[in-house]
Amino acid sequence: MYALLRRIVRTGIRTEPAPTPADGDRIADRLDHVIRHRLGRALAIRYVDAGSCNACELEAQALANPYYNLEGYGIRFVASPRHADALMVSGPVSKHMAIALRRTYDATPEPKFVIAVGDCAKGCGILAANYATFSKVADVIPVDVEVPGCPPSPSALLSAILAAVR
Amino acid sequence: MNLRPLGVAPEPVRAAMATQRAQVSSGQLLTACRLGWEGGARLVALWGSDERDRQRGFRVRAVLEDRDGLTVLDHTLLREDARYPDLTPIFPAAARMQRATYDLVGIAAEADDQRPWLWLAGWPIDRFPLRRDFEPDPRWEPGEEDYAFVRVEGEGVHEIPVGPVHAGIIEPGHFRFQVVGEKVLRLEERLGYTHKGIEKRFESLSIADGAKLAGRVSGDSTVAYAWAYAQAVESLADVVPPPRATWLRALCLERERVANHLGDLGALGNDAGFALGLAQFSRLREDVLRRNEAAFGHRLLMDAVVPGGVARTLDTANALAIRDDAIRLRNEVAELRSLYDEHAGVQDRFRGCGVLANDVAHKLGVVGLAGRASGIDADLRRDLPVAPYDALAIEPATAATGDVAARVAVRFDEVLGSLRAIEVIIDKLGDPSLPPAIDTPLKEVADGSLGLGYVEGWRGPVLVALESGPGGSIRRCHPHDPSWQNWPAIEYAVIGNIVADFPLINKSFNLSYSGHDL
Repeated sequence: MYALLRRIVRTGIRTEPAPTPADGDRIADRLDHVIRHRLGRALAIRYVDAGSCNACELEAQALANPYYNLEGYGIRFVASPRHADALMVSGPVSKHMAIALRRTYDATPEPKFVIAVGDCAKGCGILAANYATFSKVADVIPVDVEVPGCPPSPSALLSAILAAVR
Repeated sequence: MNLRPLGVAPEPVRAAMATQRAQVSSGQLLTACRLGWEGGARLVALWGSDERDRQRGFRVRAVLEDRDGLTVLDHTLLREDARYPDLTPIFPAAARMQRATYDLVGIAAEADDQRPWLWLAGWPIDRFPLRRDFEPDPRWEPGEEDYAFVRVEGEGVHEIPVGPVHAGIIEPGHFRFQVVGEKVLRLEERLGYTHKGIEKRFESLSIADGAKLAGRVSGDSTVAYAWAYAQAVESLADVVPPPRATWLRALCLERERVANHLGDLGALGNDAGFALGLAQFSRLREDVLRRNEAAFGHRLLMDAVVPGGVARTLDTANALAIRDDAIRLRNEVAELRSLYDEHAGVQDRFRGCGVLANDVAHKLGVVGLAGRASGIDADLRRDLPVAPYDALAIEPATAATGDVAARVAVRFDEVLGSLRAIEVIIDKLGDPSLPPAIDTPLKEVADGSLGLGYVEGWRGPVLVALESGPGGSIRRCHPHDPSWQNWPAIEYAVIGNIVADFPLINKSFNLSYSGHDL
């Protein structure tokens, strides 16, 4: 127990200030504002991999690490679309995931928004449309925000979450 | 592997390691596999291709690995309704590869199980995407498949379907559990949801452009795939990458191993209810990714390895920082390991959970870290080393118990081993006698050649088989993920465990859906 506590104390708090978007407005302040006023201090996101190479998932998982500390903003990834305010979707949408993605979208209560994560999801990735995939998420469900990157960095994902709720 | 008893004369294939190829009849294919199995060979991959445009019908190709290197066995089917021998009695791992070969190429094995594997009603079942006359129709709408899961009958038995959309930020797949109370009697996996037509996509790219796609077959293993693809291209073009490039490739590959193992160690702690593990290891992983960004321009090292060499060199400041990081990380990981080892609750979840016995792992042909955790002492970095691993003397980490604890222990040992290797590599890169060149121009590739690449990624060995077409095009490219061999092992490892332990067991293997589904 002593070793565990020592580890915690010696690590300290590593959470960084939120990345500063181009317009100079701090994301953390805006997230606080938005979450407080529109979403009751909590944003619940359901993540759906619709045929990515799994790199986008690695970067979305990184949002939970102490540096980005996503939950510190009141933002959580949830296990059911029925608990979600938003969907984050990666991949060009494989034909085999299209029905599951549509059902996930339909199961998410209104109002909701969709963030398409990564170059494949916005239709400019190496995984172009073919017999097995659509060309982008917007071909299958309505998309509110697209985040470029192969994969997008955790900071880019954080910025996009804000852009969607603004 | 000696094929002479079969009366076939193999020809050598240019590859990064000793490789031979032989054209075999169906009887010879079976005999070669049986002799290979008895001699300690394992099935690396099996796939098909359409050769009708060259008046050669269809080809099924199996690749075996033993201590002598790789053996490529080619068998020709002159008619599409001809069948090739079922290899599953010898190599159970062949089962899903044979089913996928039918889904994509339309040639079947003489096997009992003819259910589709990668096909989930995304296109008409009688169209085969990897045939050269395949024409997709934009009007095809995704449908729903009625898959014949194996059911367990009996009083109190019920079924739990999970997926394809999973809780948490992970890839899609379906798991069908047959349970009594909390106890799992049987698990059946249904994969293919993330099938993206990667092999067909390769055929529309040039050999040069294929490198980018190879690095995105499974994003968590981008270095392993990019290196295996580069090896395949270099063997086709008959060039050797400069020594500095091979050391930089090994640096990237070991950093990929460290980053993935750190992420898994944190997630495994979290799945066992030890949130501190996730916080600490995810922080260490982020440190590694940020250094990757600074040193190589990409957090996950995508496109760092290119055919002919590497994309950029390492400057002195970043080299020194990587060395300092490695020393610091080694101490932190050792400290966290003792926290895991001494935490009764964590050990209670890890030990005896999800056991994959050595004999089962051996029969299934389980590879990579999951194999080593079940006592299979195999690692390409030692067994079939390419430069610079011939100079690095990697000692594979193994464990005997085959449970979650063993897969955790192997990860800890491998992180520490990779960090030691990284220190050696950084010293070597600072050696002024190492020439500065980091790439070599690629010569023109002749039409109709075969090149192979084979690299021990963090999860296990990754194979890339590349066949050239005219004018620098790709005729056929088959990337093979170690997950093919290891997915069936999870079905065995969960038997008798409780449903609530499945996420922990699944995570302890951490297999790729994308790399498998293609």
